[in-house]
Amino acid sequence: MHELGVVFHCIKEVNRIAAENNIKRVNAVVVEIGEVSTVIPYLFEDCWNWAVKKETVLKDAAIKIEKIDAVTHCENCGDNYPTVEYGKTCPYCKSENTYLVTGNEIIIKQIEASDDE
Amino acid sequence: MDKIRIIEVKQSVFADNNAQADELRKELKNQKTFLLNLMSSPGSGKTMTLKGIIERLKGKMKIGVMEADIDSDVDAKAIAETGARAIQLHTGGMCHLDAYMTRQGLTEFGTNDLDLVVLENVGNLVCPAEFDTGAVKNAVILSVPEGHDKPLKYPLMFEVCDAMIINKIDVLPYFDFDIEKVREYARMRNPKLKIFPISAKTGEGMDELCRWLENEVRKWQGELVF
Repeated sequence: MHELGVVFHCIKEVNRIAAENNIKRVNAVVVEIGEVSTVIPYLFEDCWNWAVKKETVLKDAAIKIEKIDAVTHCENCGDNYPTVEYGKTCPYCKSENTYLVTGNEIIIKQIEASDDE
Repeated sequence: MDKIRIIEVKQSVFADNNAQADELRKELKNQKTFLLNLMSSPGSGKTMTLKGIIERLKGKMKIGVMEADIDSDVDAKAIAETGARAIQLHTGGMCHLDAYMTRQGLTEFGTNDLDLVVLENVGNLVCPAEFDTGAVKNAVILSVPEGHDKPLKYPLMFEVCDAMIINKIDVLPYFDFDIEKVREYARMRNPKLKIFPISAKTGEGMDELCRWLENEVRKWQGELVF
């Protein structure tokens, strides 16, 4: 259910960008999804494929999903570590004085358009 | 053959919603209307807490409530009984409200004469945290039976909120709910978080919560408060 809401926002944005760039037809969209972004890639893809059926400029546009690894930085020892495995606690020094560097993004990376209708 | 064009975008899916939300906040500021986005799991006591807030503040300010639900109007009816203005928004299956839907609701509602509008978001700790509604402040209700580990499981919710209301403290003796732990977990994510332990049922802690809210509304309206 959450993925559908994100997909609708994504489609709206792509439509807006397409209009700005005078694009009549979008073939594919590349999105980057962070590992801890609360969006599950295969559900996003399902929702996307269903939603673009009803679109005009984006009709049946393909979706390509690229993963962004979740990385957390420890302010105590200065090291980076994988978030999914260790969460909030640094595996090197056991500090919880840490913050997420990457991994919560949902980004429209690229739009592939064809100029002919 | 088609000529293929590649357009590099590199922009968050939420960029447009965030811009809409900022715009809405500006308009609310001019209107002197304070919008509180209230989020929680289903069954945490949002509606009952709201009724308690309305009881205590209705003599001091004009209050309206927008109830967002997938499809029903039971909450709006409960609020209307308090005498506050209420409107039910149906999200039509969506798990959250975004700034566009919030604006539609506010326009429909007519908020010009209201000091405080509370948006009761869809019951869920995940999706509503992701979408800025245009609210001035965000609050989450966590109830004792849900357990003290929720800030660990749903960190984003506790990061985006200004206040955490711990409801149903009257049943604390019956649950393994560690109130100090929940404070610690939540503050770890958000050091500025205000925390209000309450029981909407017995009224315990409600006055303090209402004092905070009243203060925030007056600040937003540009009145000096101490």
